[in-house]
Amino acid sequence: MKKYLALLALAAIGVSHASAQMLINGAGATFPFPIYSKWFDEYAKIDPSVRFNYQSIGSGGGQKQILAETVDFGASDGPMSDENLAKAPRKLLHIPTVAGADVVSYNLPGAPTLKLDGPTLAAIFLGTITKWNDPAITGQNPGTAIPDVDIVVVHRSDGSGTSYIWTDYLSKVSPEWKQKVGKGTSVSWPTGLGGKGNEGVSGQIKQTPGAIGYIELVYAKQNKLPFADIKNAAGVYITPSIESVTDALATAQIPDDYRFSITNAPGVASYPIASATWLLVYQQQSDPAKGKKLVEFLKWAFKDGEGMASTLLYAPLPDALRKRVLDTVDTIKY
Amino acid sequence: MSPSSSPERPLPETSSKVPDIAFKWVAAAAAAMIVVLIVLVGWELYHGSRMSLSKFGFGFLWSSQWDPVQDKYGALPFIFGTLVSSLLALLIAVPLGVATALFLTELAPQRLRQPVVMAIEMLAAVPSVIFGLWGIFVMIPWLRDDLFLWLKRYFGLLPLFQGPIYGVSMLAAGIVIAIMILPIITSISREILRSVPNLQREAAYALGATRWEVLKIAVLSYARRGLFGAAVLGLGRALGETMAVTMVIGNRPQISASLFAPGYTLASVIANEFTEATSDLYQNSLFELGLVLMGVAILVNIAAQIMLKSMTGSGPIKVH
Amino acid sequence: MATSPFLPTESYARWRKMKSAAVTAVLVVCAIAVIAPLFLVIYFLLANGSSSIDWNFFTQLPKPTGELGGGMANAIVGTLTLLAMAAIVGVPIGVLGGIYLAEYGSDRANDWLRFAADVLNGVPSIVWGMVVYLMLVVPFKTFSAYAGGVALGLMMVPLVMRTTEEVLVLVPQSYREAALALGVARWKVIMVIVVRTALKGIATGVIVALARIAGETAPLLFTALGNSFWNHNLKEPIAALPLQIFAYAISPYDDWHRQAWAGALVLMVLILALNVTVRILSRDRNQSP
Repeated sequence: MKKYLALLALAAIGVSHASAQMLINGAGATFPFPIYSKWFDEYAKIDPSVRFNYQSIGSGGGQKQILAETVDFGASDGPMSDENLAKAPRKLLHIPTVAGADVVSYNLPGAPTLKLDGPTLAAIFLGTITKWNDPAITGQNPGTAIPDVDIVVVHRSDGSGTSYIWTDYLSKVSPEWKQKVGKGTSVSWPTGLGGKGNEGVSGQIKQTPGAIGYIELVYAKQNKLPFADIKNAAGVYITPSIESVTDALATAQIPDDYRFSITNAPGVASYPIASATWLLVYQQQSDPAKGKKLVEFLKWAFKDGEGMASTLLYAPLPDALRKRVLDTVDTIKY
Repeated sequence: MSPSSSPERPLPETSSKVPDIAFKWVAAAAAAMIVVLIVLVGWELYHGSRMSLSKFGFGFLWSSQWDPVQDKYGALPFIFGTLVSSLLALLIAVPLGVATALFLTELAPQRLRQPVVMAIEMLAAVPSVIFGLWGIFVMIPWLRDDLFLWLKRYFGLLPLFQGPIYGVSMLAAGIVIAIMILPIITSISREILRSVPNLQREAAYALGATRWEVLKIAVLSYARRGLFGAAVLGLGRALGETMAVTMVIGNRPQISASLFAPGYTLASVIANEFTEATSDLYQNSLFELGLVLMGVAILVNIAAQIMLKSMTGSGPIKVH
Repeated sequence: MATSPFLPTESYARWRKMKSAAVTAVLVVCAIAVIAPLFLVIYFLLANGSSSIDWNFFTQLPKPTGELGGGMANAIVGTLTLLAMAAIVGVPIGVLGGIYLAEYGSDRANDWLRFAADVLNGVPSIVWGMVVYLMLVVPFKTFSAYAGGVALGLMMVPLVMRTTEEVLVLVPQSYREAALALGVARWKVIMVIVVRTALKGIATGVIVALARIAGETAPLLFTALGNSFWNHNLKEPIAALPLQIFAYAISPYDDWHRQAWAGALVLMVLILALNVTVRILSRDRNQSP
């Protein structure tokens, strides 16, 4: 019997080896996982000789694993710190791909669209506002019936670029947050539940009445979760959308290493909790064959892939930035 | 596995002893792998956690800070979460498991025993991740909407049952772990109870004892030590449970008196944060958590083995 | 007990009988409560999983987020591959170690080795993941099927070793003596006569161990990693059913939840099939002399 099982398993190995293909492994951010899985699925049709396996283990994981070179490319929603970048064995490039928004989702009866500002969000996540009918919330939402329910804060339990964008924003709008918690891919949360990945947080919000959490726009839309309009630096409540993220992107100053932040952008129409997301790629590729395929893919992504971004609710890069990035991709050696 | 040989193979020539000795050494090496593996696991974990060991020292065990931004780490909330969820599980599983073992050895008609034993063995075969899946979608909603509300209404005065109800919680983790360790506690308790000599029972019955009195006086007091060993072995299993726990416990490093509050365990923080610890000290601290987890699990296992051995090894215990 | 604690009062006797009956009832309820989770789990697996199981589930790759359909073919094959690799690692070491315990070791050494095996058996599975990550993932700079297979294989070792020893000592001493008396070399006696006699028992032990590791997720998180496509090279990451179930279970998509239930159902059937095999094997063993 054991022999049969062994044969079966060996046969299974045989089947999977029938056609050898190159596999390029990447891991990291969950924020762009939907667009990346779409890209990799489409690209498999264009170049059948290569498969891109992307595991969304969190941006912290993406940074960590590309530093350890256990993957061929990493992905992160926050730029790497100088300290971490210094640990890289060779020059590591940040390649911005698309931009997206963190939205504030919640689980309230009737799923109203709330209006919230930065200080209120910071207070909720600091644990100083604990009830949904707190005056700080009802004051911004006259006419909306908000029940007397405990607020259940949901945050990421893993290291995450979504958390980085979120804490980067809260640090900019709340001195107390900046001092007590700070920004990072994983921080010491003053309150709340942890969920693993954007998926985990959306799942928790969906399962828990009274929950509030921050997730990527596409996750909120796909799960039909309500999300709040957020007051931006110009004092206007902005609905998260591709346009309001693109507006934030347009106002940003972008340095040559592409490590930039567009949270709390100054534009009147800018959504304040937005960020680009990056692929992390070594400038000198260690495997020439993989390096070549990776560059080919990146060029495809910036020519054709960007066009798919908006259908999945990501903001594509502005043309000028896209040209700059393509020049950078050309500097990758293999 | 066996070298092909025909039954009428001629008697082997009196050859050199070399193959014999070689085979013995290969087998000995394989057996020694057990010890090598224990040393290897301990060494790798120690090696992986040197930095946090030297930086935090024993303070690591008492500190409740877990702050990747400031690069400060302490194990206390995870040790607390691991112990509380495991003890809760024991509190649920030991009475149920022992009662079921009593039912199987003392009460159940012969026809019923085999199916029940089989069901328990099948329960033991259900993987952790499936309990987690079931926990998220079936158990948690039920706990949140029914059991926890009920507990809060009738026992809300106790600090154990206060605070907001999320569903995912220490108690949820305790219940899932209890389900997962029930099979081992039940089957070992059953072995222990079966080793109680029939003479014990007969003597008690002869004195006119009712069934419960027989169980209490003749069976349970005789098997007490072994049953305790079964519980400790269950504890050893409970400490290391990972997947199902991480799916239902809420993953929050805090120490709370309420069983409704989320918690975090050693095993689940490793599962969540291990691949993404960006700073060296962060990863070292996770390895140290692994070291703590393994140390505790091994100590508990050793204790259980000793208890069970002394139970089965020594002669009948005198009933006073 | 000499002074008989059972007083012959009429009402007290009735009270004692009532108490006994109550305890009996409690025991029955407890037994039902213990096996209830099994039926609850199986019920929900069938109710939520069976509708998503179709031909595609066994033949197709997972679809990208948000697109309907797709299957877990790669994860199913991945799990079988990992089991085969685990067996390659764990069975030789376990069986040879069991042979040493049963045939060679001194009582004292054996006591310690058995004890060590039981201790090793108690090492939490997540710890195996960390250790193998350090041993195989970091040095070779890639998550791989090898790393996953080794992590699972090492977990099998103590289990296989103990069961092998247990069945080998059941082989009657006279078999060994007869063969040795004929001048057969000891290693041949062991491999040809002792092991062959106990082969079914050993196989049972191996399958029990395989059934136990088939559903392990924690040791694979940092070793096999997962793969959304087929694995064509064991040096690269590989998908596995438990990993896929975990990833889908914590996702927010209803469609992925259904896939998770379906995957769980398939995994459960696989594990139960292994257990049934064990039952059949051990029944045969009991019947043969």
